[in-house]
Amino acid sequence: MSQSDFSKALLDNERPTPEGLIDPQGRPAGKRFDVYRNNVVLSLSDALSDAYPVVQKLVGDKFFQAMAGVFVRQYPPKSPILSQFAPEFPDFLAAFPPVAQLTYLPDVARLEKARTEAYHALDATPIDGAALAALTPEQMANAKLRLHPSLHIISSPFPVFAIWRKNSDTPETTIPKHGQDILIARPNDMVEMRTLPPGAADFLRALNADRTLGETIEFCEKIPLFDLTENIGGLFESNLLINIES
Amino acid sequence: MPLIPHLPNSVGVGYKPQHLDDILAGSGSVKWLEIHAENYMSAGGPPIAQLKRLAEQFPISCHGVGLSIGGERPLDKAHLNRLKHLISWLKPASFSEHLAWSTHEGGFLNDLLPVPYNMDTAKRVADHVNEVQDTLNVQMLLENPSVYVAFAASTMDEITFINEVVSRTGCGLLLDVNNVFISGTNQEYSPEDYIANFPVEHIGELHLGGHIKDQDEHGAPLLIDSHNDKVVDPVWTLLDTLLKRSGPKPILVEWDNDIPDWSILEAEAARATAALEAIS
Repeated sequence: MSQSDFSKALLDNERPTPEGLIDPQGRPAGKRFDVYRNNVVLSLSDALSDAYPVVQKLVGDKFFQAMAGVFVRQYPPKSPILSQFAPEFPDFLAAFPPVAQLTYLPDVARLEKARTEAYHALDATPIDGAALAALTPEQMANAKLRLHPSLHIISSPFPVFAIWRKNSDTPETTIPKHGQDILIARPNDMVEMRTLPPGAADFLRALNADRTLGETIEFCEKIPLFDLTENIGGLFESNLLINIES
Repeated sequence: MPLIPHLPNSVGVGYKPQHLDDILAGSGSVKWLEIHAENYMSAGGPPIAQLKRLAEQFPISCHGVGLSIGGERPLDKAHLNRLKHLISWLKPASFSEHLAWSTHEGGFLNDLLPVPYNMDTAKRVADHVNEVQDTLNVQMLLENPSVYVAFAASTMDEITFINEVVSRTGCGLLLDVNNVFISGTNQEYSPEDYIANFPVEHIGELHLGGHIKDQDEHGAPLLIDSHNDKVVDPVWTLLDTLLKRSGPKPILVEWDNDIPDWSILEAEAARATAALEAIS
């Protein structure tokens, strides 16, 4: 029996216990093999629950455990680093028929995935506004603003930030009827989140796509209600700017 | 190999972030900490910052859970390089891994899976241990597993197998006393005989932990290594017997699930410290 046979049987309860696995009396190992089956599925289900606690709250513990059993057999971790486990989970939810009615659920999972990634991202020290203020208008137009490596932006047609808050630290949150753009970043020790004003998601994405500040402004000025001063200020208030290349 | 394991002959615990404030306020009987290497392989973030802080105050034992040394597949070079990077900045007092496998072609299974004890497996495990030691430039400690099944393909007992790997690699050993009790019970051999025959001169660290009791379908006892409770009395007795043979060794108390308040874990560490003091 190869380890390939062993592992296939681990992840598929329909398969028989691999031949050659025995108890001390030489009898086939039945329940003894099931210990490994349980360990694998339960430990990975726990890791999934640690990574997606709000999804778990929204669907309930019992349903989540059953769904985790399906997911972890289909998508075992690609590496032993469990903080990187289950990046496929949001897309899995989007295609999993039993949760098709919960149309917002995949985006809640994307928000949780972004929180985990921000938590473990490269550390970087934010800079203050003086560096930008010292530039001439021409330098400023050609400058490239480097944002914090932990930055993530989620744009959802659903109010997923409000849904997340209501189901984690702020149960009294009122859930609006519109979608939300959400900024997730960890400029210091804590993952911080806030909803973004109109155009800000595009503004941040343009900066992160290696565009100059001038190109970014030209692009964003076409967005209704976009406020440049507010957005530049937001970069500093949220400690998102780590370097200016001019 | 330049970095020989040098944990102190005192008691450590498996580090859990929820105990950080308690540890910094006063660690009591706990003199060193063990971390799971795979929890500190991110690009950045608070866990790594915490570990850097703790490493300034405590010797750190770096314990891998994902190298799959018993695997039929080649070792994962990317993972070995991540370990090398971690060890280069952390400078741990010890590096240890398991006599087990955990990775197959579909991915990582997050469990410590057993290998048959025969010469083919011993050679493969030894090749992997040599590759680890050559890449990391440290002597590693290899830990005895807790096993639930046996293999029809086994031709030697566990200690003979371990001796074979040691003679081929020069690695040290991490003896998990709880695993001896679990495997002995599950495989119907005497844990006392195992302790009496274990090559104590190669031990660099001891592990203690809790387990749960179950039965197989024939009513035979089946102990499961769960690290979710106190160390049971028979394991403490085995520890005393072992220490009389081996002399003082670094002892780790593991508690990975249903993690208790710090005071309960520290009390387990105090009991292990008393076992060490009893032989000095």
